[in-house]
Amino acid sequence: MIALLQRDLLLAVRAGGGFGLGVAFFLIVVVLVPLGIGPDMVILSKVSVGVLWVGALLACVLSLDRIFSLDYDDGTLELLLTSPIPLEAVVTIKAFSHWITTGLPLVVISPILGLLLGLQVSDLKWVVISLLIGTPALSAIGAFGASLTVGIRRGGLLLSLLVLPLYVPTLIFGANVASKGLEDVSNNGALLILTAVTLAAFSILPFASAFVLRINLR
Amino acid sequence: MSLWEYANPVKFLKLSDKVLPFFVGFSIIGLSIGLFWGFFFTPDDYRQGSTVKIIYLHVPSALMAINAWFMMLVASLIWLVRRHHVSALAAKAAAPVGVTMTMVALVTGALWGQPMWGTWWAWDPRLTSFLVLFLFYLGYIALWSAIDNPDTAADLTSMLCIVGSVFAILSRYAVNFWNQGLHQGASLSLDKEKNVADVFYQPLLFSIFGFVFLFLTLVLIGTRTEIRLRRIEALRLRKDSE
Repeated sequence: MIALLQRDLLLAVRAGGGFGLGVAFFLIVVVLVPLGIGPDMVILSKVSVGVLWVGALLACVLSLDRIFSLDYDDGTLELLLTSPIPLEAVVTIKAFSHWITTGLPLVVISPILGLLLGLQVSDLKWVVISLLIGTPALSAIGAFGASLTVGIRRGGLLLSLLVLPLYVPTLIFGANVASKGLEDVSNNGALLILTAVTLAAFSILPFASAFVLRINLR
Repeated sequence: MSLWEYANPVKFLKLSDKVLPFFVGFSIIGLSIGLFWGFFFTPDDYRQGSTVKIIYLHVPSALMAINAWFMMLVASLIWLVRRHHVSALAAKAAAPVGVTMTMVALVTGALWGQPMWGTWWAWDPRLTSFLVLFLFYLGYIALWSAIDNPDTAADLTSMLCIVGSVFAILSRYAVNFWNQGLHQGASLSLDKEKNVADVFYQPLLFSIFGFVFLFLTLVLIGTRTEIRLRRIEALRLRKDSE
């Protein structure tokens, strides 16, 4: 399993394309928003949490089809299906490596982009914490969507139509954690639910994804 | 004699052929009584005026929008467990009806909201979760139409329906958490003492009755069409292979 994780990470880094793209997309979204809304820092800091969360979510969706499609095209996925590792574990590893290559860089860059949107340095911690806890759920849910559309040619648009509604709860709780944190209101409840969403997504959804993948591979 | 016998497409077609006229009749009776009574023979509300009458479209369509998804969930589970094709096709046929009901509920709600709340739209929990439900329907329908192999499509959409149901319920609670509502609480329930006033309540029941049978009629017709389409496909394949 570790070998699989290493392989996925290496491929993501060396094969190029997907790895830096998500971060670049995130950056562009955050740059475009002030251009659209206007340079008023007060307004920007009000919408900053939402912009960061929506931007991270879209950047995540952008790279979802790479979780399975390359391995599906060259037949690696079929080999993985017959390998001793259960397919559920394969899906979990792949979702996790997607998070490391897409979600984690977004979390790392988010404080810098938060500054661009007029957040105070002391407020950045909640943005980072909420993204750090929430983005793994995005990868796990996204892996489910990617396994649904793996057999479909040019399924990218369909994938985002399927996955984005599934992201609603994560987005709501994630943005809620950050915005309540900024206002110094207790955000314990939202934080706990966000954590629960992530843990549940990572523990339950791989079973659904593996079920769907087996259908797509038969 | 068990219910599962009607999972056989031939028997299903025979049975649905017999019950369909009744369902059409029930829905016509229910809708015409409910809507005519509701629109022309009920008093205006003393605060809402005649806009209150949109309730006869809004409440039943909203009810059916949720029940259609629930029916799709049950049909998907039956397909996954027992592999009855009629079940999968019924789920497929219910989706367009469900999305239309969702749309009707959203549009009538907007038309009602404008004079009452002074706004077409508010990011209220109920409204938002209906919009999310609408998106779920769109994704489900899009997935059906994207896959060629009918069995694969049925499997994948069933799984999407199940996972989607969990997330739809989660979204419902998430939006409650996220914003306080403008929409009133439930005006109809079986266990509450106080429902909507009787003058509005009785025609509403007829209207709901009509909508239920309208939904059943449309789903039955849709399922029959799907079964026949599947047969044509099978015949064509057989002809090609000869």
